[in-house]
Amino acid sequence: MHDPYHDRDSGSLIQLYYAPIKNNNREMEIEQLEKVAAQVRRDIVRMVHGCQSGHPGGSLGCTDLLVALYFERMKLKEEDGKPVFDMDGKGEDLFFLSNGHISPLLYSVLARKGYFPVPELATFRKLNSRLQGHPTPHEHLEGIRIASGSLGQGMSVAIGAALSKKLNKDDSLVYVLMGDGEQQEGQVWEAAMFAPHHKVDNLIAIIDLNGQQIDGPTAKVMDNRDLGAKYEAFGWEVMEVEEGNDMAAVVKALYEAKSKAGHAKPIMILLHTGMGYGVDFMMGSHKWHGVAPNDEQLAAALAQLEESMGDY
Amino acid sequence: MKKYTFTEKKDTRSGFGAGMHELGQKNPNVVALCADLVGSLKLEPFIKENPERFVQCGISEANMISVSAGLTIGGKIPFATTFANFATGRVYDQIRQSVAYSGKNVKICASHAGLTLGEDGATHQILEDIGMMKMLPGMTVINPCDYNQTKAATIAIADYDGPVYLRFGRPVIPIFTDADQVFEIGKAWMVNEGTDVSIFATGHMVWEAIQAGEQLEAEGISAEIINIHTIKPLDEEAILKSIAKTRCAVTAEEHNRIGGLGDSVAQVIVKNDLVPQEYVAVNDSFGESGTPAQLMEKYGLTAADIVAAAKRAIAKKK
Repeated sequence: MHDPYHDRDSGSLIQLYYAPIKNNNREMEIEQLEKVAAQVRRDIVRMVHGCQSGHPGGSLGCTDLLVALYFERMKLKEEDGKPVFDMDGKGEDLFFLSNGHISPLLYSVLARKGYFPVPELATFRKLNSRLQGHPTPHEHLEGIRIASGSLGQGMSVAIGAALSKKLNKDDSLVYVLMGDGEQQEGQVWEAAMFAPHHKVDNLIAIIDLNGQQIDGPTAKVMDNRDLGAKYEAFGWEVMEVEEGNDMAAVVKALYEAKSKAGHAKPIMILLHTGMGYGVDFMMGSHKWHGVAPNDEQLAAALAQLEESMGDY
Repeated sequence: MKKYTFTEKKDTRSGFGAGMHELGQKNPNVVALCADLVGSLKLEPFIKENPERFVQCGISEANMISVSAGLTIGGKIPFATTFANFATGRVYDQIRQSVAYSGKNVKICASHAGLTLGEDGATHQILEDIGMMKMLPGMTVINPCDYNQTKAATIAIADYDGPVYLRFGRPVIPIFTDADQVFEIGKAWMVNEGTDVSIFATGHMVWEAIQAGEQLEAEGISAEIINIHTIKPLDEEAILKSIAKTRCAVTAEEHNRIGGLGDSVAQVIVKNDLVPQEYVAVNDSFGESGTPAQLMEKYGLTAADIVAAAKRAIAKKK
């Protein structure tokens, strides 16, 4: 594998946020990422408010991860500082969202990164929009390579894409994010068995451990118990990150995960996040899994989030 | 009646295996996947020559379908293979979301379709697969009639960009089409021109239709026989041209009468040119254990059933 700290082309947008750990101004870089995350969180609550539907809780909880991936960690195809999208994604890192209901987060990150115009976020979940309730390539939205929403399929898709990279002698990585409630789907365990057996070691999977699902706490609805021990027993390299909403901790974990790639095992990051993180009244409860804020609640949420890149 | 003879009987799944073998040699992007049924799918020659392009998925069909969808990202052409029952009904949602709705270039290749896998019984005898697959927007559905045509179809679908369901089977049946045929997706094949009744058949029911055509000819009835190897997209032009001449239709398929070829043809007839139609199909039931020949007879899928249906259709003509 290549050196995880020296694999970046010098893209212009990315330069702003690119944070080699060896560089002593990393604090500043993390701060920049946090600013992006605050804007993304603003986008999320505004999008969900705008159509009065969608899933703010999980979206807010995974914001730090997706910002770290797209603005710091993933090697992406770019021209003149703008990302260039093609379906095949050869030579670049790929990300798949298996828990498709946190689409507001993915849409915001893709738009803020430059895949499609930021004002298009206003069309989320509305008629004739490319920003469907759950992501799909059917509407030709740049950055989306697979439909997700029906749970449990994304890790299998990511494995397929990772195998494709191996066949193409392409040493870039494939990332996939799943929910913790999603672990209740049987197909997840088919994929969990498959990846170590076929030594899919260019795959970094992440589970959003927010402990909540629609009907209540995951431990109460259908207890996952010790997911780390399960994945280890299946043959995965497992990492656990307690501070999934601490940008520095997330970035560090992603570096570490990458350094583990290419060693015959798929990598699993158990990422502890807070559902609704960043908006105090949405935090830690399953109540905000799939509920939109009203006008008052929107104002209260936005008051807590810095408008760092300009609202759409 | 055009004379059709055969020198050899073979299973259509072996035609698939032969097609895969050839594809392995000529298309470096073709990848085969299987869920613990390599021998049944006749994949050994492909695997022997291209071990790096074979993915053993174990008994995990849902994972296999979604892995196939992922493989297309990067330009691979995955052929996901298992029995028809496990390739469709068991994984309908995976096909729907990861393949059809996502518009992925996945070839779902299903053996042991219909009743004629025989003794394993109804758990393995799917009779609803054509219906499920044709209902998916963007899905192409192909059901070839013999070994040679299955081989040709296998090779043809690799060059077509889009999701395909390719259906074939286990029983040995006569080889009566050309070994060097070019398979054209969506283009019905005129087996025999006739004037009194149109018989639209698919899969190995095409051979039964030929036998029926000969019996009808002996009774002075001229049957037009058309092989509908592609159920979707359907060759409506060929159907309309034929019924314009014969003014009645019979459809023949090893599938539930609900949702199969018969219903597809009926839609064309109802919308364009009302003529009587008779179905030869399984009458909305599950199958059971037995030999293929016994099952074909019990469930009404023989040449004699086609002859009877043709006479009923002709009798209803105005």
